[in-house]
Amino acid sequence: MPRLTVNGQTQEVDVDPETPLLWVLRDTLGLTGTKFGCGIAQCGACTVHVDGVATRSCSAPVSAVEGSQITTIEGLSTNGVLHPVQKAWIAHDVPQCGYCQSGMIMAVAALLKDNPQPSDADINAAITNICRCGTYARIRMAIHTATQA
Amino acid sequence: MTTMPQISRRFFITSVAAAGGGMTLGFRLPVGTRIAGAATNPAEVNAWVVIQPDDTVIIRVARSEMGQGITTSLPMLVAEELECDWSKVRAEFPSPEENLRRKRAWGEMSTGGSRSVRTSHEYLRKAGAIAREMLIAAAAAQWNVPAAECQAANSIITHKPSGRTLRYGAVAEAATKLPPPVEPKLKGPKEWTLLGTPQKRLDTADKVTGKPLFGIDVRVPNMLYAAIVQCPVFGGTVKSYDEAKIRGLKGVRQVVPLPGAVAVVADSWWRATQAVDALPVTWDEGQNGKVSSASIAEFLRGGLAAPEAAVVRTNGNVDAGLAKAATRVEAEYVAPFLSHATMEPQNCTAHVTADKVEIWVPTQSGEAALAAAAGAAEMAPEKVVVHKTMLGGGFGRRGAVQDYVKQAVLVAKAAGQPVKLLWTREEDIRHDFYRPTAMAKFIAGLAESGMPVAWRVRVAGPSIIANLFPQRLSNGVDQSFANGFTEEMAYEVPNYEVGYAMRTTHVPVGFWRSVNHSQNGFFRECFIDEMAHAAGQDPYRYRRRLLTNDPQRLAVLDAAAERAGWSNPAPEGVSRGIALVEAYGSLCAQVVEASVSGKGEVRVHRVTAALDTGHVVNPEILRAQTESGIVYGLSAALYGSITIENGRVRQGNFDDYEMLRIADMPAVETVLVPSGAFWGGGGEIGVPPLAPALCNAIFAATGKRIRSLPLKDQDLTRA
Repeated sequence: MPRLTVNGQTQEVDVDPETPLLWVLRDTLGLTGTKFGCGIAQCGACTVHVDGVATRSCSAPVSAVEGSQITTIEGLSTNGVLHPVQKAWIAHDVPQCGYCQSGMIMAVAALLKDNPQPSDADINAAITNICRCGTYARIRMAIHTATQA
Repeated sequence: MTTMPQISRRFFITSVAAAGGGMTLGFRLPVGTRIAGAATNPAEVNAWVVIQPDDTVIIRVARSEMGQGITTSLPMLVAEELECDWSKVRAEFPSPEENLRRKRAWGEMSTGGSRSVRTSHEYLRKAGAIAREMLIAAAAAQWNVPAAECQAANSIITHKPSGRTLRYGAVAEAATKLPPPVEPKLKGPKEWTLLGTPQKRLDTADKVTGKPLFGIDVRVPNMLYAAIVQCPVFGGTVKSYDEAKIRGLKGVRQVVPLPGAVAVVADSWWRATQAVDALPVTWDEGQNGKVSSASIAEFLRGGLAAPEAAVVRTNGNVDAGLAKAATRVEAEYVAPFLSHATMEPQNCTAHVTADKVEIWVPTQSGEAALAAAAGAAEMAPEKVVVHKTMLGGGFGRRGAVQDYVKQAVLVAKAAGQPVKLLWTREEDIRHDFYRPTAMAKFIAGLAESGMPVAWRVRVAGPSIIANLFPQRLSNGVDQSFANGFTEEMAYEVPNYEVGYAMRTTHVPVGFWRSVNHSQNGFFRECFIDEMAHAAGQDPYRYRRRLLTNDPQRLAVLDAAAERAGWSNPAPEGVSRGIALVEAYGSLCAQVVEASVSGKGEVRVHRVTAALDTGHVVNPEILRAQTESGIVYGLSAALYGSITIENGRVRQGNFDDYEMLRIADMPAVETVLVPSGAFWGGGGEIGVPPLAPALCNAIFAATGKRIRSLPLKDQDLTRA
């Protein structure tokens, strides 16, 4: 059985090795904050961190992430303190329906870890997730707010 | 970070308890979120207002939350009159079956047509006022003083002569025993302190921490998963399938034939969807296996010239007007089918037992979901329990049609245990109820002055009402297909006639954010631009001349033009276009600034929107909705196109049904110019002006008139 380390906890999961990480997180581990949007790595609703790198979990077989540190939206805050990106999202009331926002926040958190002061062009290149409610303007404002945290 | 009210978790708790029957919680309850009603004694002052002894105020929200913000704006309407401490307010969704049992105590639950605020503001404010008067009466009784000597503010009742105070939480129980006042006094707009203020949304904290809010997140004990494949040609049926091919696949439990579809049930959704892919199904495609976008276009074009058409508005005599005209302007416009593409694909979880149906569903209409579940299970409505979850987008897809509910109930009935049915994105895009494709033909006659003396409008296309609610047609005519050309058309044209030729195809059509305004706004506002150009006049000033006697529209048009700086030159290489639309009781004008590169690439730099919704409940939510509508309209204008080949939809996912992303997001400036005195909708009005304002900007940039969308199919290259 594949062994996964998710949000700091290592456990064996009873799934086929080719199962996408997304479905192991959602249906096997009950971490439903990570969302299904397209299944072909287009929309980014399923974005998690694999060893700190933003990864579209709908297209990552679980066998490929064994031994890696996986972080989901449920594991982004530490000791009950929200991540600066989550705080900035609240400050700007970014979400509308909210469905894509877990993936957005994970993508942005990974960007800011590598590039703490991204330019608008950096944001455009790195954040390619789809938000059907069109919260992009607030996302950009919130990213800039988060960089000041 | 400020403390803010939070959404009650009660609807989740209820769902888990009901489903689990004391078993392990299948639904992960969030950490750190307070749970309304868990350890206290809530007092229901009336159907809308529940107050706990600790002063927490729970306000019931009958409509569905799909991002438009009603979880915040509807409680604001109640709280304004309730005079409660807004920081102690939480929202809660009452259930559709409770609404049935209580003779629709919460009124209409269906959520669409930008109706939530504009049709419920009065009874919600009254509910708040009634509760306030009952709380005051309870305090007055306790003090043995006249209620008239008491006043309420911020969840505290004060006896003015003595200065004594009581908290709402201390008198709420006593208030429930008092008779409600029949005619509560409502505040005037000038007395409002909460309405019109930019309060933070109540649902944000849950939405940034990945809480299980959505239908797709539902987990109930003993639950199986189902994936589905539906006949690719609409209206087709299942001829046969070869179950042996997937027999023995790990985790696969059952194949369930459904009307026009086959579902596979498995112990995980991934296994179910893999099995569906591997299952050979032979379809009876029916009569429509040869239909294509080209054949549909030909069919609609026939409607533009057909002698039989319903006249849905007429003034004056168009033929006589045209005969007098100095010049004529003629054009044909086309708009494609569009898919809703909610981020959360369609899904529903169901559990069917001998005497009960329980469903968990992201629905715009809890009552329609209840009826659909009862129908599919062939059980009385009283035996159905509906748990409404948050919606990962709605846009009209999750309202009138509850196809996924019917399917989930049939599958769960066959499985004999709870099943979560989830569609793939491909099923979602290929089995939608689409924004209708439509065509328009215009003939206008202009006087020497350049102003129109006559205008003949003919529109053709499939009717949503005929598809979904044929009983609502009047004499077989769907007036709403011409929305934007009928009563909302306020431009002064002395001789004017609108005809609609209904052209029904096999492609199902439905309500898509802003509905028929979405295509008609594009048609009308681009053609007005054509008239202005033929008249040699500035398109903004031309519209002003057509609205001379309409100060309300002029105010909105002027507000957009002024903020956009219409009178000043646009930045180098940038061109402007303008459009004005009325829909859902509101007005919106937009100015788009765009550029077109030599290679024909369109870039939208800035959109300025001015809105008059009458009153504004929450300006920040209205701004967010306007930004949202602009993005929805821009994705459609740039990329949106559902095409038909061999009777089926060609597109299937976000690689071929593209969406705007952050890199292409224009700057958006929203100017609110509420004129008061009426309550207009805010969720859809931002959509229709975008496409015409953009196409008018492209004309200004290139001289090429766009009469067909999307822009990705238009050649805008310049030599």
